[in-house]
Amino acid sequence: MGFEVLFKGKNLIRLLGGVGVAMKISAVSVLISIVLGIVIGMIMTLKNPVIRAVTRVYLEIVRIMPQMVLLFIVFFGVTKLTGLNLSAEAASIIVFSFWGTAEMADLVRSSMISIPVIQYESSAALGLTKLQTYLYVIIPQIIRRLLPLSINLITRMIKTTSLIMMIGIVEVLKVGQQIIEANRKSSPHAAFGVFAVIFLLYFLVCWPISKLAGYLEKKWEN
Amino acid sequence: MSEILRVEHLKKSFDELMVLDDINLSVQRGEVVVIVGPSGCGKSTFLRCINGLEEIQEGRVLLGDEVINPAQKGTNKHREKIGMVFQSYDLFPHKTILENTTLAPQKVLKRKKDDAEKEALELLDRVGLASRKDSYPRMLSGGQKQRVAIVRALMMHPEILLFDEVTAALDPEMVREVLDVILDLAKQKRTMLIVTHEMAFAKAIADRILFLDGGQVIEDGDPKQFFESPRTERAKKFLSTFEYDRS
Repeated sequence: MGFEVLFKGKNLIRLLGGVGVAMKISAVSVLISIVLGIVIGMIMTLKNPVIRAVTRVYLEIVRIMPQMVLLFIVFFGVTKLTGLNLSAEAASIIVFSFWGTAEMADLVRSSMISIPVIQYESSAALGLTKLQTYLYVIIPQIIRRLLPLSINLITRMIKTTSLIMMIGIVEVLKVGQQIIEANRKSSPHAAFGVFAVIFLLYFLVCWPISKLAGYLEKKWEN
Repeated sequence: MSEILRVEHLKKSFDELMVLDDINLSVQRGEVVVIVGPSGCGKSTFLRCINGLEEIQEGRVLLGDEVINPAQKGTNKHREKIGMVFQSYDLFPHKTILENTTLAPQKVLKRKKDDAEKEALELLDRVGLASRKDSYPRMLSGGQKQRVAIVRALMMHPEILLFDEVTAALDPEMVREVLDVILDLAKQKRTMLIVTHEMAFAKAIADRILFLDGGQVIEDGDPKQFFESPRTERAKKFLSTFEYDRS
């Protein structure tokens, strides 16, 4: 079935190394997206029409544009245009953060506006200060709504990193292809085995994360 | 009796719309004032102005001898002394009943947790909900939630309590359990301002009735007199909407 190629030489180790590359880029992008997304999401709740328009356009661009096109624009386009020497890793982190930040900001915005005004008012009526109201009443509720949603975003980002092979990064999918190519003669069925294992590796990374989302959602159901 | 709350020439408008037009009121300690009137007459807004949840355009609200003004700092200090219960209960959904009732005493009044919990349990017991202390609001019925909301307000030891149509969102069979709690508070000589549509309850609990219409106080006086022989045509018309006649 083609699984045997994985046990040849360092193939399995190389494949796991590829997962590591994908995870490293995901982790950095996710971290940047969460931090910037929270800030921009908070800004998006402001009533200023200019801010609204700008963030709206940003979000729409990110949503409409396929991530691969974004990767190409940044890695091939922008580098050519500006003469900037951008590594493929840096380009992918920029693109994934650009995308993740927009999605995260929208999640933060929608979680924030979903807290009814009366929650602020009944806190105020009890004599809580603005800071106390945010600290003990509003933010815990926002986090409860936000966390499961943002975890889903994280798994989507991890899965989408498979695109970075298109700009020459040797991540898990690319390593898989290399292994298949190198063993074309000796193991003609390697494609099935290798991709099945890659599928399993992605599953092993994403499944616990989405399980966690489900668990938190259940725990905080209210 | 001593005066606890005074409202002087209060005017409130939302943009162009005048909602409260020159309201004057003096409430004595221990007095139960029930505010009635057709919907949209400004009675809920009036309560919100007293608690500083709405900015007012003219006049002033005094609690004791301190002016309540949401535009100024220190409104929180005044709000501690005014308890308010809203129509939609608005418990904190992520906190248990006990946490809901002890959060503000701990954070605002800086009371010890044990001490606050002890009092909360006594009060919850009084409204028949001590056994639900570890439940979350979503596990409670509307009437139960509203009783918790009352306890949450009482935990701040307010000098005056405001009730804003607290039974309007409840199923009929739950109205009674909430109103009984408020009647019990009246027996304890608590100062209360109550906005309600429950006329029988108003009649039973009020020391004084305030009839608002079109943002103005139309009648202010004895409940017996108000319900039996209202002085104004507008009050008569309002009260007649609660009576049914087949003819």
